[in-house]
Amino acid sequence: MRRLTPYLLILPGGLWLLVFLIVPLVYMASVSTMEGDVVNGFAQTFNFAGYLDAFGAYQTQFLRSAVYGLAGTAIAIALAYPMAYWIAFKGGSRKSTYLLLVLLPFFVSFVLRTVSWKFLLADDGILFEPLKSIGVLPEDFRVLQTTVAVVGGLVYNYLPFMVLPIYVALERVDYRVVEAAYDLYASRVGAFTRIVLPLSLPGLFAGVLMTFVPMTADYVNAAILGGPDNTMIGNIIQQQYLVNNDYPVGAALSFTLMAVMLIGIFAYAKALGTQNVLEAAAR
Amino acid sequence: MTTNQAGVGAADAAAPVVSAVPAIELDGVVKEYPSHGEVVQAVKGVSLTIAEGEFFSLLGPSGCGKTTTMRMIAGFEDPSRGTVKLHGKDVTDVPPNKRDVNMVFQSYALFPHMNVWENVAFGLRRRKTPEAEIKRRVGEMLEIVDLTGKEKRRPREMSGGQQQRVALARALVNRPRALLLDEPLGALDLKLRQAMQTELKRIQREVGITFVYVTHDQSEALTMSDRIAVMNHGLVEQLAGPREIYERPATAFVAGFIGTSNLLSGQVERVDDGFAVLDLGECGQVLVAGAPQKAGERIEVTVRPEKITISTDRPNGRASAICGQVTDVAYLGTYNSYAVSLSTGVEVTVFQQNALDSSTTAERGDSVWLSWQPQHSYAIGS
Repeated sequence: MRRLTPYLLILPGGLWLLVFLIVPLVYMASVSTMEGDVVNGFAQTFNFAGYLDAFGAYQTQFLRSAVYGLAGTAIAIALAYPMAYWIAFKGGSRKSTYLLLVLLPFFVSFVLRTVSWKFLLADDGILFEPLKSIGVLPEDFRVLQTTVAVVGGLVYNYLPFMVLPIYVALERVDYRVVEAAYDLYASRVGAFTRIVLPLSLPGLFAGVLMTFVPMTADYVNAAILGGPDNTMIGNIIQQQYLVNNDYPVGAALSFTLMAVMLIGIFAYAKALGTQNVLEAAAR
Repeated sequence: MTTNQAGVGAADAAAPVVSAVPAIELDGVVKEYPSHGEVVQAVKGVSLTIAEGEFFSLLGPSGCGKTTTMRMIAGFEDPSRGTVKLHGKDVTDVPPNKRDVNMVFQSYALFPHMNVWENVAFGLRRRKTPEAEIKRRVGEMLEIVDLTGKEKRRPREMSGGQQQRVALARALVNRPRALLLDEPLGALDLKLRQAMQTELKRIQREVGITFVYVTHDQSEALTMSDRIAVMNHGLVEQLAGPREIYERPATAFVAGFIGTSNLLSGQVERVDDGFAVLDLGECGQVLVAGAPQKAGERIEVTVRPEKITISTDRPNGRASAICGQVTDVAYLGTYNSYAVSLSTGVEVTVFQQNALDSSTTAERGDSVWLSWQPQHSYAIGS
């Protein structure tokens, strides 16, 4: 019985994943090469036209998603790292309060938060209307339906996923090690780049994975805050499934997105493997 | 509390080389910090001078301010008042990375993502030392601490003793003007700790660098130090060589903290031929040498347990002698420990060496006389 315990522990979660992840994935893979329509049903014909669409018709949206994902991730790092650093090292006894503040947006639904940004950033909304009326901003100034709004929304929505893993990694850094670096003639910058940063890299690595992947696949921000020029691949997939009812193309696009991201992540892990980075920092 | 009889003499002989400019000078150093709306003084005004090449210990119980004092020398804490000088230069406002002292941290604080070589080379690299010189000096230093061949190991792959030596090498390789050690042996087991004590002393002689050693372990301080500052409640209670600290404790705190000590109090009956004669109220008298006290004054006197002789009859001659009853005998291998109750209710501890001659052996319940030479008891300040 005791030997079975570990297996019993993973059984519920494993079953859950099997039923709700593996089964739909296999089914979707199969649908992606079918032909037909919703009314008459789909039949398996091993038609790869949907995959061709991914590289032909929707190349722009793919590229745009990657750029938005990268930009959003970069901005999230820039915002999250100092925040996590401050909470971990200067937060004192209020650390958990600050962490709660970081997580506070999660208490409101994702879509609702994004919609409220739409009101906030509206062309004649509460933010811009007064500024326009007193002439600080030109009459045709806008943020909504631009790249800035979409990337801003992505960063806003996924920022906690960057803050938390970095915070956890920094929290584990023994501050005496940082003092030892100062003691051994390191400047403040030197102590950061050679000690704190390398020791927090596993957290940064996790943060990038947890933000880049959902940002790139996101469609809510582009749909609510973006305009026709901000369509991401997520929006196309959503359209294929829910508007055009073209399941095979939607499935093919989803699989292409998944494959591209997996390859990207493996390349990233390979290039920036924590081990290598740590060794470089020791120089 | 344990006792330490061995090693008291040896350390005194190695007097420090006194150079014109002291390595470290603290002048009226105070450290205050706010705590729950109040100002707490961790260090209440410490002034001391540490000579070049000296092995200097800051000894005291936890919370006595010894670590804070050391951290002010290293530059990790800014004194609220007072000045810190290194080699005659005021460094009170100089950050730690610009101070020519290095520290061995209590938990070693090795860089976990670097191997032994990179850890030791860290300071030299920050000072832009030429790579060839780094190679030579790190190699030499690893040899001194006996870690040659372990250059590629990560700290977590090493034992506590080895990590300790990496921490020592990492600091010493920079040839600092002074090395600060914060309870460096605290995490090691007893056997290893004793071996490292000898090792540290050897290394200190070899490199000739001033060592400032923070410890709460009195035997460690007595064994290794040239001089010891005993601290309590943010103040230095006594600053002297190990022998003097042990033989002539300046305060009741020092007497109690260093080894085992008996504290007797009584009234000076008369001053006779340079000795204050203490009337303990019952059988016997205590002679106190060099005491400036006048007749009628109440004073406190210490005497170490191993200075006392037990006998069944009242000894002759000019000595302190008091009577009491043995309440407990403990066999401790090299010596016996007796608890002797005086008629005043005070309990006195006596250590008797387990020599071949066991004629002095007393049993529980025996009425005995305790005697010691007058020079072994001192009047102490409160």
